[in-house]
Amino acid sequence: MTPTTATPRTARRGGLKKSKFGWNLLGLLVFITAGFPVYWMLNTAFKPAKDAIDPNPHFFPTSWTLDNFRRALEISDFWGPVGRSLVVSLVVVLIGIFVGMLAALAISRFAFRGRKVVIVGILAVQMVPLVAMIIPVFLLLNDLGQYDRLTGLIITYLTFILPFTVWTLRGFIVNIPKELEEAAMVDGCTPTGAFIRVVFPLLAPGMVATSVYGFIQAWNEYLYALMLMSQQNQTATVWLSNFITKNGTEFAPMMAGSTMLAVPIIALFLVVQRKMAAGLTAGAVKG
Amino acid sequence: MSAAQTTTADLPPAKQQPSTGAGTGITGRPRKTTRRGTAATPWLLLAPCLLVIVLVMGYPLYRLVALSFQSFGKAELWGFKEAEWVGFDNFTKVLGDGVFWSVVLRTVLFTVGAVILTMVLGMLIALLLQRVSGWVKTLINIALVASWGMPILVATAIFKWLFDADYGVLNYLLSKLPGVDMVGHNWFASGPQGLAVIMLLVVWGAVPFVVITLSAGLTQVPKELEEAARLDGAGAWGVFRHVTLPILKPIIVMLTTLSVIWDMGVFPQVFVMRNGNPEAEFQLLTTYSYQQAFVVNDYSGGSAIALVTVLLLLGVVAAYMRQMLKIGEVE
Repeated sequence: MTPTTATPRTARRGGLKKSKFGWNLLGLLVFITAGFPVYWMLNTAFKPAKDAIDPNPHFFPTSWTLDNFRRALEISDFWGPVGRSLVVSLVVVLIGIFVGMLAALAISRFAFRGRKVVIVGILAVQMVPLVAMIIPVFLLLNDLGQYDRLTGLIITYLTFILPFTVWTLRGFIVNIPKELEEAAMVDGCTPTGAFIRVVFPLLAPGMVATSVYGFIQAWNEYLYALMLMSQQNQTATVWLSNFITKNGTEFAPMMAGSTMLAVPIIALFLVVQRKMAAGLTAGAVKG
Repeated sequence: MSAAQTTTADLPPAKQQPSTGAGTGITGRPRKTTRRGTAATPWLLLAPCLLVIVLVMGYPLYRLVALSFQSFGKAELWGFKEAEWVGFDNFTKVLGDGVFWSVVLRTVLFTVGAVILTMVLGMLIALLLQRVSGWVKTLINIALVASWGMPILVATAIFKWLFDADYGVLNYLLSKLPGVDMVGHNWFASGPQGLAVIMLLVVWGAVPFVVITLSAGLTQVPKELEEAARLDGAGAWGVFRHVTLPILKPIIVMLTTLSVIWDMGVFPQVFVMRNGNPEAEFQLLTTYSYQQAFVVNDYSGGSAIALVTVLLLLGVVAAYMRQMLKIGEVE
């Protein structure tokens, strides 16, 4: 089965079609395995609740309904948590991208004493497992009176996405030739002017991709949202987990809830994914 | 190392403007901000970022260490009592506990299993992507990105549903196989089986990132090198082993270390899969620390466990950092 062995290269001329066929079949198998959980979520979400618990599962939709979505919205308030998640994620991204860009500029365009220490520091922060920090962060926000406040959650998320934002933006910035800026400055731009007129437009797509990625990270976070917010102020992911513990047997509405949370995020992700992969690996091979 | 130069240092003078500042001498730059700015500018740019990180990461990190040397329970949390320094008591208690060591062993096994599965599957799929037709490649990419972008919590909910004892589609499918009867089989009745399901969930979510990154790396493997190796008589495995693998090594090291860090930090998957209250058989270091702190209300014991987790990870982190610094130095 391993694609690394027995590559039928020798049969290149005669058997090209045939050899592709085998790989394609294997590829389709991978597609079905990887995609099945997502398909099953959608499939269950739109089928009548009684079909969902039929001992003979219906693999293809025969009839579809929105009942599960209605039920999911009934079980507990949906728009409140979604609104809070939106506010938190948007604020985190707006602040994060601005602060992160300044820092990325500093480490990619300037040489200064301590540059290496800063890079190590930023990378090290990314390495600390977030779960390990939950106890002191909880106590800190408790002391500051920020427990159960959106601001507390925002500040916390900011730390999670900043190292990543800085590192990715750095990757995008180093790919913009410095000569462009220098040329602009020869033509009379100030360094700030050169940045705004030359670098910024080139950086914009990377910034959009990084922001969307940061948004998704903040939106998907669960543990801190669970620990730092009370029941009345829960965010979207915690809303879904409530569902699981209290109404674990009502799988069909739960899949409907999952669909509502996941589909917009997956759509966003599909849009920026290509750009992100480029930024993340920028320069990795050269190393 | 081009980044070693500043943007402003060695530029020819820009359009002459009335010089406002003194002490800008050497290159004769007329603007006062630039020359003096070079030393302070990067720090000014970094300041907000560093401030946030120090506030929300640095201080809690210090607090984490401090806590693990204190006695800190509910009374201290509510401010009835001052935290008391107890030296290494928490550590002797934690390290002397047999339960802790079985949790460590379980976590290591879980992490190693998940990382190996992720990396091997990721590599195989990345290689497969090079050989399939365009439309199959597109299909696989869509499936991968969809599972990558899936919120962890949603993914956990879906797997819970797939593996449900009574209505789970997996039991149904497995029972279709000749000689297998899995109807009503409860995957979460035993720890190892339940953790295997959770491992599958983690791997399913982690493979896409590995595949997409490795695919990007594979496109940079020079075709001529592969051809040359093949002409020299190398088989497919030989080409992979001696040409592809060495070129991809930096990426592989990066991905493996990242996976170790992520898989060791698995929390919501276990927590939610076990309805917010994982049984002893399901405890990993993360959930164990959480339980010690927030269920038993022994915050210092929980911190000690978290600190031991961080120390266990340090070796892996060091390897990752070396790789990233190499990348950082190239430009």
